[in-house]
Amino acid sequence: MIAITGARVIDPATGFDAVTTVLLHDRMVAAVGDLDIPADAQIIDAAGLVLAPGLIDAGVFRADPAACHAGGITRIVLMPDQRPPLDDPALVAFAQAMGKPDVWVHPLVAATRDLAGQELAEIGLGQAAGAVGVATGRQAIASSAVMHRLLAYSRAFDMTVVSHAEDPVLTAGAVATEGDYATRLGLAAAPAFAESLAIARDIRLAEATGARLHLRQVTTAEGLYLVRAAQARGLAVSAGVTPAHWLLNETAVAGFRSFARLSPPLRSDADRRAVEAAIGDGTISVIASGHDPRSQEEKRLPFSDALPGMAGAETLLALALSLVRNGTLSLAAALKTMTAAPAALFGLPGGTLAIGAPADIILFDEQAPWRIAGDRFIGAGNTPFDGIPVAGRVRMTIKGGDMVWRA
Amino acid sequence: MPPNPVVANGATPAGAHPFPHAHLLGLEGLQPWEMLYLLDEAEQWVELNRRAGGGGAKHDNRLAGLTQINAFFENSTRTLLSFEIAGKRLGADVVNLGVSGSSVKKGETLLDTALTLAAMHPDVIVIRHGSSGAVQLIAEKLGCPVLNAGDGRHEHPTQALLDALTIRRRKGRIEGLTVAICGDILHSRVARSNFQLLAALGAKVRVVAPPTLMPPHVEQLGVDCFTSMDEGLKGVDVVMMLRLQTERMDGAYVPSTREYFRFFGLTEERLRHAADGVLVMHPGPMNRGVEIDGRIADDIARSAVTEQVEMGVAVRMACLDVLTRTRRGVADWPAVGAGR
Repeated sequence: MIAITGARVIDPATGFDAVTTVLLHDRMVAAVGDLDIPADAQIIDAAGLVLAPGLIDAGVFRADPAACHAGGITRIVLMPDQRPPLDDPALVAFAQAMGKPDVWVHPLVAATRDLAGQELAEIGLGQAAGAVGVATGRQAIASSAVMHRLLAYSRAFDMTVVSHAEDPVLTAGAVATEGDYATRLGLAAAPAFAESLAIARDIRLAEATGARLHLRQVTTAEGLYLVRAAQARGLAVSAGVTPAHWLLNETAVAGFRSFARLSPPLRSDADRRAVEAAIGDGTISVIASGHDPRSQEEKRLPFSDALPGMAGAETLLALALSLVRNGTLSLAAALKTMTAAPAALFGLPGGTLAIGAPADIILFDEQAPWRIAGDRFIGAGNTPFDGIPVAGRVRMTIKGGDMVWRA
Repeated sequence: MPPNPVVANGATPAGAHPFPHAHLLGLEGLQPWEMLYLLDEAEQWVELNRRAGGGGAKHDNRLAGLTQINAFFENSTRTLLSFEIAGKRLGADVVNLGVSGSSVKKGETLLDTALTLAAMHPDVIVIRHGSSGAVQLIAEKLGCPVLNAGDGRHEHPTQALLDALTIRRRKGRIEGLTVAICGDILHSRVARSNFQLLAALGAKVRVVAPPTLMPPHVEQLGVDCFTSMDEGLKGVDVVMMLRLQTERMDGAYVPSTREYFRFFGLTEERLRHAADGVLVMHPGPMNRGVEIDGRIADDIARSAVTEQVEMGVAVRMACLDVLTRTRRGVADWPAVGAGR
């Protein structure tokens, strides 16, 4: 039995926000409130810290327990882009177990065999094996017919379909967003509307089939306009984003910095601001790290040859807290994008402090300043935020009642 | 880019280093007088290269004992030859590393290749690579001057310098001229380097291309865009034609060669729109009948195509000389550290 006292306790699922005590027992949340602490409880004094449910990172490319612990992440939704891709129930089952006992892993089953975008994978069997949703992977499905069938079929299993919204033909070979910046650097670029084209199609197909669609990253003003309109019509369409797209714009690739090579690529500043506004008004409901650790061999290459992706688990919370400091979101609302919102989207346990919820808890110091330094990361250091000062440090991560991180 | 008051005479300002850069990775960021300094330095090599007669007359020994590696990760005949001759005329020991002979094909990473080259203690490395930014990436790992001989679609600084030298010798100036760059602007590093140089030296730059070969937002780089040759050539002093690569012609970016030539090829008739005494240039190799009428290319009164090749050697000699001065301990040359 663990009693955590003195923390500002925030339950994003209910909006509860007060300085009080949280009691953990039998790997579950046993009580929240000013209560008599049982004599046999281990007491953790958390005065000055914020207590929240462990973060749920909705859409990472690698199960990376050490980085997750440091970042306060207790649960990850794993993309099917593994080697081999998660297009088979046995692989899904294996992936689900691979985080034990360090981090809960909830795999997404590949939408198509080998993620090739042609033949549907066994998504029903994948669900039976533990998949919490279906994902198209790093790429969109080029064929509208296949995407149509995927959405229709997934609906029978009530599975959320996670789509990468970039027209794959228009973006073929591109490593940047069209604009004077890409032109100056001589980088192959695709127009920003490659995203809205894909979103328009996916939304229309979701509407036609009644499927639940989650656009893992929406990064342009035009794309967000479409998502907002779909949500206003009452469609089950949700949107996510990673910190890079509301904190950085296309100028971050200056000097051919391959750590800023992302997919989708960084956008114009107008798009960046639109993403921030969409987080503020709730159009974007899920913030994820997009954690995609890359080795030096994959990143220390000419910009166009480097693989896209950033290591994000360790910086997710601190970067998300920037939204609280600039007034975009309340602290509870910011935490919700990384806890209750993804939990609801994928039907996951956790993300709440309700009695009986899993004892996945983080304690963090909202104000603690630090400077992001890729070479001091616990995992891979491919971050485009190298050198940027942030505030917010995870002091303790508890996963399933076990303390797995303390700093 | 705003007009620079220094351009008028082009002199290096008092107290400024004439060329304070360790490498020549691109023309972006260079001061106008630094570009002009390289052009001025090249003039002496034009004279030396024209010297007739044998007996090693076309030779200067200032790079004697220095090792120059030409590392070309992308196929090249003309540029490689030009750099090789430039190095040899200055007395350097020149070694060529071609892509077919490199370990890149065996899976070695670019940075490992760079470290391998560095371990051989070269004194100057000339690099061409198919990816934008690749030369800069390698330069960061090398302890010797690096010359960019073309990286992806990014920059090809010595080509723009040789173009400028050609124009200056033919026209007597660069400032105030109107230059039309025509053709495949989208994929052209030559065009990008020329934007930087011509704008810095006070020329007015136009680009003429079909919309599919026009880089998006290129007007924000300070050039005027035209999709009609007749309009774009109106009153220009210099026409720079770019090569259209064959793989881009068959329906990918333009429907066919004949359609391209019909609307975007440089013909006698079209050239009449240009100013009197217009100078025609092409970085080569030319596709006669695709982007340029062969008769124009061969007309030495108007075409500077072969002269460009000649200027290329001189400009590259100047760059090799200037970039190795710190290393050679040349008197009166303030040491240049790492950086661009």
